[in-house]
Amino acid sequence: MKRRDFVQLAGLGLGSFAIPFQMMGNPVSIEALLEMPLTVTQKKQFADAALNTARSGGATYADVRIGRYLNQFISTREARVQNITSTESFGVGVRVITKGTWGFAATNDVTTDGIKKATERALAIAKANSKFQTEPVRLAPVSGYGEVSWNTPIQKNAFEIPVSEKVELLLSANAAAQKNGANFASSNLFQINEQKYFASTDGSYIDQDIHRIWPTFTVNVIDRASGKFKSREAMSAPMGMGYEYLIPKAEDKLSAPTGMILYRNSYDMIEDAATAARQAKEMISAKSVEPGKYDLVLEPNHLGLTIHESVGHPLELDRILGYEANYAGTSFASIEKLKSGTFNYGSKQVSIFADKTQPGSLGAVGYDDEGVKCKRWDLIKDGILVNFQATRDQVHMLGQNESHGCSYSQSWSDVQFQRMPNVSLAPAKEPYSIDEMVKDVEKGIYIAGRGSYSIDQQRYNFQFGGQVFFEIKQGKIVGLLNDVAYQSNTQEFWNSCVKVCDERDYRMFGSFFDGKGQPSQVSAVSHGSSTARFNGVNVINTGRTI
Amino acid sequence: MAILSKEEAKKILDKVIGFSKADGVEANLNGNDGGNIRYARNSVSTAGEDSNVSLSVQTYFGKKSGTATINEFDDASLEKVVRRAEELAKLAPENPEFLEPLPQQTYGAESKTFIESTAKITPDYRAQAAADSIIPATKKDITAAGFLEDNRGFSALSNSKGLFAYNKSTGVDFTVTMRTNDGTGSGWVARNFNDISKLNTTEASQIAMEKALQSRNAKAIEPGKYTVILEPNAAADLLGLMIGGMNARQADEGRSYLSKKGGGTKLGEKIVDERVNIYTDPWNEEVPVGNWASGGMSRKKMDLIKNGTVENLIYDRYWASQKNAEPTAFPGNRIMEGGNASVEDMIKDTKKGVLVTRFWYIRAVDPQTLLYTGLTRDGTFYIENGKIKHPIKNFRFNESPIIMLNNLETLGKQMRVASGGGPGGGGSSLIPAMKIRDFTFSSLSDAV
Repeated sequence: MKRRDFVQLAGLGLGSFAIPFQMMGNPVSIEALLEMPLTVTQKKQFADAALNTARSGGATYADVRIGRYLNQFISTREARVQNITSTESFGVGVRVITKGTWGFAATNDVTTDGIKKATERALAIAKANSKFQTEPVRLAPVSGYGEVSWNTPIQKNAFEIPVSEKVELLLSANAAAQKNGANFASSNLFQINEQKYFASTDGSYIDQDIHRIWPTFTVNVIDRASGKFKSREAMSAPMGMGYEYLIPKAEDKLSAPTGMILYRNSYDMIEDAATAARQAKEMISAKSVEPGKYDLVLEPNHLGLTIHESVGHPLELDRILGYEANYAGTSFASIEKLKSGTFNYGSKQVSIFADKTQPGSLGAVGYDDEGVKCKRWDLIKDGILVNFQATRDQVHMLGQNESHGCSYSQSWSDVQFQRMPNVSLAPAKEPYSIDEMVKDVEKGIYIAGRGSYSIDQQRYNFQFGGQVFFEIKQGKIVGLLNDVAYQSNTQEFWNSCVKVCDERDYRMFGSFFDGKGQPSQVSAVSHGSSTARFNGVNVINTGRTI
Repeated sequence: MAILSKEEAKKILDKVIGFSKADGVEANLNGNDGGNIRYARNSVSTAGEDSNVSLSVQTYFGKKSGTATINEFDDASLEKVVRRAEELAKLAPENPEFLEPLPQQTYGAESKTFIESTAKITPDYRAQAAADSIIPATKKDITAAGFLEDNRGFSALSNSKGLFAYNKSTGVDFTVTMRTNDGTGSGWVARNFNDISKLNTTEASQIAMEKALQSRNAKAIEPGKYTVILEPNAAADLLGLMIGGMNARQADEGRSYLSKKGGGTKLGEKIVDERVNIYTDPWNEEVPVGNWASGGMSRKKMDLIKNGTVENLIYDRYWASQKNAEPTAFPGNRIMEGGNASVEDMIKDTKKGVLVTRFWYIRAVDPQTLLYTGLTRDGTFYIENGKIKHPIKNFRFNESPIIMLNNLETLGKQMRVASGGGPGGGGSSLIPAMKIRDFTFSSLSDAV
């Protein structure tokens, strides 16, 4: 399997989506994924080799991550399998502080000698960089946890499900789409297992086994006569679950007022593919939106991305401090705004929390990648900005003495840094259903699914599309719309939030390959919410002729 | 052992091919040594090095194939990886689109992709490069944030049809953002080379600092259609998306901007201004790339857009076999012919317009029309009567590169720019600055 080929094929199937290059490990056989190369005792011995080398080399702190990262990607189109790739990436990353400066080195030579050499390189890098260090590293205290472990509470390990069963599901989804009018259908299943062992000079030895899964598809309907084509992607969410997510359960299905079925903790891929084809067909002749101000009703599988971009990223402390200035950017949300205690991020309906313990979420782990136990905390309370997201070496800049547990690295070979936890909009406490919400709207658009998204480098101005758009007139859904995108400003948008549905509608959206940092790394994170209403948002028409 | 010579790589690959009992086998051996330094807040934040060599073996029986990998190279390990790939191939479903590997290909001359001095970059070199940005910034009340990444690597491929190909390369990528400490000005610069001797981080940092100082206290002007001068990095982002979409299969299937109403593709049709010429050339001295691509396909010089007309689409081997077309190696670089005008010349020649340093967060809005949205960033200026009048607040745009290249006014000088994916990843492009009329800015952003 050639990496570039796979990237190209995936790009074909998923439009603007591309598998990040760095996610790919080395291809291995399927059986090899179930092997365990090292026992916990061996991992501890290797970890101690790194920690002892670091100490004797003058490090004031060191941590070591022995990681085995397994991925399986299955890619199909119509009635055939395009690719089944099983990859494994195994190695060790060592991070040290010496002379107040970080140094990091990684190696795939997982032997005592290889690990010692990597540690020595990390020490040499830290020493070289300390010459220009103006801000010595200051770590928030963490007590050592001793030898502990944590596993994603999966019911069915996706790597143990026969490939033939997974292929059959994807091909059945493609067939359902084609039966319902799709000219083309491609589907993919991503499965990830991170087996990571963390140890630090603070006295923690943490063994974790983390699972994530993402089934998705794209269907295309083509009208040759007019030359038009339309697509609709899956309404699934990537989840921190096992294969049980792909076994549909009636209690996880929600009926939207549009007639669509939406999904919570399990997903009916075949049913959704059939609906997608019918919708894409309908879009060929749907009316083009009249630009102007609309009340938007945003369902969780759409709103999750808006939360991610306009709340999740701007509240990352490393961005706010300027550590991401050369790439992702900085943030409009400043430490001054936080400390004022009065910054109106949103309306009173808006309470947004960070939580790395939410069951089923992509970001759920027991401990982060610098050995901090994970927790839940508030970011926005009743519309007021109350906190950010931070790691051990930065949280002191907020005047806080406890890390939020937001450190993550995509692999053993990349240095860990601050990554977004699950960031979610709290559902309304008083009962309010999605049917009631639609009934209350006079001129609006109901938007479902993740579409085009773009936001500036300080997270003020954004533009979002979606998968499907329904026009709402006088409290009723009247039909599909084309060419819809909305533009707004973060603070203005969240202050236009007038209603949030209650917890009956609450479900998670996920970003499986969220990019940040240089070299760029991906992470996976969930965003929960119930459907929410935003009044008077600017909608543009994106139709063009070339 | 990350960089193996041609002979060392061939010796390992010959053994691998010899161990196979399948109908056929293809083996890829890749190695990479990389290093980087990142700084922000006028101080080094992270730095690291990594090293990896891996062997990937694909075997097949009929149209069933399997792949396995290993990073140990003794004989027993090599035989083990071949057996594992064979077991996997026997279990795999048939892929009707599977094609047997290619026989030995004729490759053009070796491309100058490997530069010894780049391969020898040390942590001290990287630390000094960062210092060359940080020290001048601190003297001007500016905060520097930057990233330097270098790599050296090799790729070798061999198969049971007798094909062998080898290439080694080096690369360095440097970007720096300078922000004024009052938070109102920001400037950016990017450099991408195979040869480290061409990189001058002091000079690059100086340009970013000047942009930061000049862009302070930007004024808002109304969104709308403007004449724009796009610096090469801004132009390259949109062009890259257009070129990346020149896939023959998608066009034939009716789901591309190159699909035609009523069926068929726009191959041979004029789609943009006749002054637009875009091609790929592995031997271009400014942007050399390896002379072979995946599967050992030979890379050639090839026109993509000639005089505004679609000259070639990219056919993978399977689709080419279905359409009776020549398969096309995936382009390793993208070159757009430019003109002689400097950005300064183009400004002098502009009555009213906007100078764009770069775009940010570009995302597809409509694949049918290739409509993209994104924002200007790190140096956006209003031009009036041939002069930069004042900095302006950033704009969001909604524009298609097809519409943009139909509204071409002037082509400027070319510059090498990164195509994304770091120095060892996405290849490089040679793209001119360009002046475009009626570029659509749809809203204002307060971001600096």
